[in-house]
Amino acid sequence: MGRLFSDFRRPAGERPGPVWWSFVVVATAVLLGLPLTLDLAQLLDLSVVFVLALLALSMSFLWGYVGILSFGQTAFFGLGGYVYAVAAMNWGDTTLPFLLGIVIPLAFAALLGVFMVYGKISDIYFSVMTLVITLILNKAMRATSGDQYVVGDVRLNGQNGIPGVPPLQVPWDSSVTLFIDHVYYLSVALVVLVYVGLRLLLTTSFGRILVGIRENERRIELLGYDARRYKFAAFALSGGIAGLSGTMFAIWGNFVAPEMFGLGQAAEVIIWVIVGGKSTLIGPIVGTGVIQYLTSWLGTQGVGQVTLVLGAILIVFVLAFKDGLVPTLGAAIARVFAGRRESGGGGQ
Amino acid sequence: MDTLLVYAYQVAFSFSIFILISLGLAVIFGMMKVINLAQGEFIMLGAYACVVCTAFGLPLWLAVPAAGLIVGLIGIAVERTVIRFLYGRVLDTLLATWGLNLLLVGLVTTLAGPQSQSVPADLGGVSLGGLQVPAYGLVMIGGALAMLVGTYALWRFTNLGLIVRGTMQNPEMARALGTNTSMIYMLTFGFGSALTGLAGALLVPLFGASPTMGLFYIAKAFIAVISGGPWPLLGTLSASGLYGSIDGIVSFAFSSVLGEIAVLLVAIFMLRLLPQGITGRLRKGL
Repeated sequence: MGRLFSDFRRPAGERPGPVWWSFVVVATAVLLGLPLTLDLAQLLDLSVVFVLALLALSMSFLWGYVGILSFGQTAFFGLGGYVYAVAAMNWGDTTLPFLLGIVIPLAFAALLGVFMVYGKISDIYFSVMTLVITLILNKAMRATSGDQYVVGDVRLNGQNGIPGVPPLQVPWDSSVTLFIDHVYYLSVALVVLVYVGLRLLLTTSFGRILVGIRENERRIELLGYDARRYKFAAFALSGGIAGLSGTMFAIWGNFVAPEMFGLGQAAEVIIWVIVGGKSTLIGPIVGTGVIQYLTSWLGTQGVGQVTLVLGAILIVFVLAFKDGLVPTLGAAIARVFAGRRESGGGGQ
Repeated sequence: MDTLLVYAYQVAFSFSIFILISLGLAVIFGMMKVINLAQGEFIMLGAYACVVCTAFGLPLWLAVPAAGLIVGLIGIAVERTVIRFLYGRVLDTLLATWGLNLLLVGLVTTLAGPQSQSVPADLGGVSLGGLQVPAYGLVMIGGALAMLVGTYALWRFTNLGLIVRGTMQNPEMARALGTNTSMIYMLTFGFGSALTGLAGALLVPLFGASPTMGLFYIAKAFIAVISGGPWPLLGTLSASGLYGSIDGIVSFAFSSVLGEIAVLLVAIFMLRLLPQGITGRLRKGL
């Protein structure tokens, strides 16, 4: 039983064991089977959880494993959405816009990385600067309401956002577009792909060096690695994943708006990751689901300001449950089993 | 000549806004190393405190210091309940204060509603080279300078200032010498909050008060304090001067959004050129 939980702990660079692989297979099978029991509205709600889980993954990869908290993830998220929307509406085709929605945020993250990672600003200033960039992008996007702000044939519309973003077409046949359930399958597949990909990446020497940077950046440098190169690459990669999430968000809602860059969005990602637990990759996915459902439930209860509750949750988790739900629960369950084993009651 | 005067006013005005919004942060973040993301909301609380005080019949010139006092007390309460458990845990402080930020925005929206409120300051205009500028703008520029000079004098020339600076530099030594460092931290945080509240109150007649107004200031404040570097007051002054000029000129010539984007771009370049901040090469001190 202990094996089961050790599989989900921080990887010490080990390849994941069979328990983890069977978990991935079973979870994927269950998620892909869900549309059989759910109606379209529920499916739509669930899809956005997985779309946003991609964003949470991009943040927890960078924060939990490289040790950099980047508020810029929301900027890349918004950028990805806008790039897809503008490109798809201009060209009619959606395959290239989909790819651009990943590549352009990745390139933007790389550009910022040139200044910030290679400028060697400290991690905490990095967090604050990425936050500032997100805020100003949000403000700039809000200011584009005039007729003169046009990219190709598409008006940016400022505050109101761009409605009518075209749905994704199948790459080989542009007359077939993805419907709600297809978007669900795609987002589940992408989350599984990114989750497994990141998990395996962390077992490579590249990934081990990233974790080493988190533990002790100076020591990694003294061992002869250029820590900046690794942080730069990790930052760009996470920017690309956040862009993918934004692109999928635009496809999911057929809509992009400046709120995607907003402080509220940035705060929510942080809360997902904190509540789920940043020391695992599965935690943020769980956290996204829990908080998304909590906020929509609070919305229907008419308790007034959802942000008030979210703020309180954030403070409580930082002060009292620093590790987040998944690691805290995992440790508690492991402790119970360990206790049982010691008293001879159960065990493997 | 006239255009030059107007530009000068515009630059001084932007400069004073930068000073106002970043001075409290220079104390809380620059000196105490507490990254307070609720700083913008302290500005918002100051603005609302001013609105409430004037609604109770206080004249504006009394409502502004009263707002500073109120926000200072709120700051002390926040320090005692949240911040003091998190000294030295920079990232956790950042997250907890962000929670505070959301909490305060939600709370004020619930209590006062999402709409913007304002307090008029009927001081009329002053003719400046043939162009009318609001007299209140000049009052604000004066207020910002007075706050900056006052803070500098307090830290530099008083016994309390000496103890505060000593505590921030080496808390263990200060404690060994008999200082109640916990109290000093509390007071310094309260003082920084009071400065922030004052700034919020001073801004009300021009920009009004709304629950989400903090957002507009926080980015600029952090840019100014980070680029300022390790000398909080001098750094904030020089960074405010630089960004205030850029913001003032670009905003006046093009638009205020472009002004902000220009400030951001310059700030990112500055980080690459002077990662230690403007005052990074100077010796450590105030």
